[in-house]
Amino acid sequence: MTQEISPEARKAWMSLLATAPEARLAALFDTLDQTPDHETLRAPEVGGVMVRGRAGGTGAPFNLGEMTVTRCTLKLASGAVGHGYVQGRSKGQAERAAKLDAMMQTEAAAEVEAKVLSPLRADREAERTARAAKAAATKVDFFTMVRGED
Amino acid sequence: MSQTDIYSGGFADPAVAAAHGFRAAMDVMARPGERREITGGIAPEGLSPAAASLILTLCDPETGVYLAADVDSDALRGWITFHTGAPLVSADKADFAVGGWAALMPIDQYRIGTTEYPDRSATLVVELTEFAAPNATLTGPGIKDTARMYLPDLALLQRNSMLYPLGVDLFFTSGSEVAALPRSTQITAEG
Amino acid sequence: MYVAVKGGERAIDNAHAWLAEERRGDTSIAEMSLAQIREQLKLAVNRVMAEGSLNDPDLAALAIKQSRGDLIEAIFLIRAYRTTLPRFGNSRPVETAEMACDRRISATFKDVPGGQVLGPTFDYTHRLLDFKLAAEGEVAEAPKAEPRREPTPHVTSFLRGEDIIQSEEASEATPKDITREPMSFPADRATRLQTLTRGDEGFVLGMAYSTQRGYARNHAFVGELRIGTVAVEMDIPELGFAIEIGEVELTECETVNQFKGSKTEPPQFTRGYGLVFGQSERKAISMALVDRALRWKELGEDNLGAAAQDEEFVLSHCDNIQATGFLEHIKLPHYVDFQSELELVRKLRREAEAARAAAAQAREAAE
Repeated sequence: MTQEISPEARKAWMSLLATAPEARLAALFDTLDQTPDHETLRAPEVGGVMVRGRAGGTGAPFNLGEMTVTRCTLKLASGAVGHGYVQGRSKGQAERAAKLDAMMQTEAAAEVEAKVLSPLRADREAERTARAAKAAATKVDFFTMVRGED
Repeated sequence: MSQTDIYSGGFADPAVAAAHGFRAAMDVMARPGERREITGGIAPEGLSPAAASLILTLCDPETGVYLAADVDSDALRGWITFHTGAPLVSADKADFAVGGWAALMPIDQYRIGTTEYPDRSATLVVELTEFAAPNATLTGPGIKDTARMYLPDLALLQRNSMLYPLGVDLFFTSGSEVAALPRSTQITAEG
Repeated sequence: MYVAVKGGERAIDNAHAWLAEERRGDTSIAEMSLAQIREQLKLAVNRVMAEGSLNDPDLAALAIKQSRGDLIEAIFLIRAYRTTLPRFGNSRPVETAEMACDRRISATFKDVPGGQVLGPTFDYTHRLLDFKLAAEGEVAEAPKAEPRREPTPHVTSFLRGEDIIQSEEASEATPKDITREPMSFPADRATRLQTLTRGDEGFVLGMAYSTQRGYARNHAFVGELRIGTVAVEMDIPELGFAIEIGEVELTECETVNQFKGSKTEPPQFTRGYGLVFGQSERKAISMALVDRALRWKELGEDNLGAAAQDEEFVLSHCDNIQATGFLEHIKLPHYVDFQSELELVRKLRREAEAARAAAAQAREAAE
C-alpha cells in the first residue's frame, strides 16, 4: 500500500473533516477529479457522544450533555480503510469524510490535500481570526483616574 | 492477517439482524433447553457465527466483555471493539464472558449480582463443539414439564442454580445455533 | 370499580390537525425556516440544547418550531429524541482553558492577562425597545481589532500559586451519568453539576437568587465568565488515538466566594462552577452559585436549613421535564379515580351530616 501515516497527521485531517460545514465539504468533494468506489464496512449511523467537562475547569470530570455525531467506515479497492466521524446528523458528510480519510492513505493524498483539506483549513483559520478580531475590538481599555493622594 | 479483517463480518442490516438476534436470544433464555438459529455475524477466527451474532446483538459500549484464553486474539478484540464498542475487561468485571467451557472456568470468578441488584451479574457465552446428546433434565420457569439438554458440568451448574436469585446465566453456542440456561432452571442428572 | 372507556380518537386527530394549522398561523405571512430560528433566535436554541442536554442547533431549532416557541415543550422533544441515539462513547473532558473566547470578563480582577473582553453582550444596553428592528434592514459589520490567538488562561490560575483559593484537583475518575443510572443521595459533585447544567434556568436562577438574598448566603463574585468555542475530542478505539469530533459553544462561570474557614478548612476563597452549552450566562452564573451552596458539607460549613443547601430538594426539582410531566399529567383523564374520590366525599358528608343531626337531637333532648 503506502507509506506509514503518523497518528498526528491523520488526527489533524480527521478533525478538520469532523467540523467542516456540510455544504462546503460537499462542494469541495465534487472538485476532485475522481473518487474511487468503496465497500461499506459500517454504514453511516447517527449517534450521541457524551461531552464531559471538569469541575472548576481543572478538577474531576462530569457529564455536561450529549452532542450528535455521525460515523461511517468504508474500504477502497486498494484496501485502504477510511473512518469518518463528523459533528451533526449528516450521513452524506460522514461517508465523504470516511472516503477522504481512506484516500489520504493512497496516492490521491496530494490531490485531496490541495483541493479539500487546504481550503477547509483556510476557511477555518479565516473564521476564527474574524471572530477573534471582533472579540478584540470589545476589549476594555482602562484609563486610570487620578486618585486623591495629595 | 489483513487489517480489514476486524472491519468485516458485522450485521449487513443492523436493525433487522439485531432484532432477529434478540428474538432468538430471548426465546432460548425464556425456554431453557430449546435451540434457535442465530446468524449474520462473522467474527475473524475461532468463534462460531452464533457466538459472533450474539455478541453483535447484546454488546455495546456499556457492557464489558471478557474473552477466555482459548478465543482471545488481537483480531477478535479489534472486531468486538469496532462493531460493538464494548470495552474488553477482566473476568471479575465482565457483563459477558465468551469462550470454551474449560477456558471460562473457574465459574466463581464471575459476578453473580447483589441482593439489591441480582441483574449485576455476568452472562457466559459458552462455545461448544456440538450440542451433544442430552445428559440433564431441566425443570423450572419457561419449561412446561421437562426439557433435556447437554451441559458440560452438572454439579457446578446445579450449584449455580442454588444461588438463585443470584448467579450467572449461560448461553451455549455451536455453529449457527444457540441454547440457554438461566439461573432459575433446576437441573437433574440423567441416567 | 374501574370502568374502561374508549373514544376520543377522532377528537384527538382533529385537535392535532388544528394544532398544525395554528402552528403555521396566518398563511399570508412567510413561513419561518429552521435556519432563521437557528441564526436569529440563537439564545432560545441554546437554552433548548442546554436543558435538552443535546448539542445540535438544527434539532433545537426544529423543536422550537414544532413547539410553537414553548421552550419547555421543545426541551421535552429534544430529550425524547436523545433517548433514541446510540451512545458512541464519551468525550475527553473539554479544555476550557483553550477556549476561543468571544467574551471573557472578570468582576474581581481588573487587569487579567487577556483583558476584559465584552463580546456580544446585552450588559450595557439601555433596555429600551429598539424600533429600528421592527423594520427590516442591513446590519453594519462589527468593528475588528488585532486578534489575540493564544489561549486565555483562567483567572483562578493566577490565585492558585498563593494557596488562597481552594484548588480543584484533576482526576480521571469516571463520572456518574444520570442518563444511565438513577440519581441517589447523597449525590457526588459530578452528579450535581450534570443535573444543574440541564436544570431549568428559571429554577436554578431562583435558587441562586435565594442565596444572594440571605438563605445560605455565600458572598459570591464572578471571578470569571467566558463564552466561546472548545474542541471536543474523543478516543476512537479502532484508531487507537483521539480525534476532534466537533466543536461546541460553551459558557463557563467561576465564582470566587468569601470563606472565613471552617473546622476542617483554612480561611481562603472557595469556588462555585457553572458550565453550560451555548451562550447562556444567566444560567452559568446561577449554576455556579447553587453549586457553591451545595458544597457546604465538603467545606465543613453549617447546614443553615436553606433550600439551596438541600441537594435532595434542588436536584429533584430542577428538571423541568420531570416537573412538567408530573404537573401536566393531572389534566389528563382521571375520571375513574375522581369518581371514587367523589363517592368518598359524598359518604363523608353524609356521615358528617348524620353526626351533626345526632348531636343536635341529643342537645334538644338534653334541653
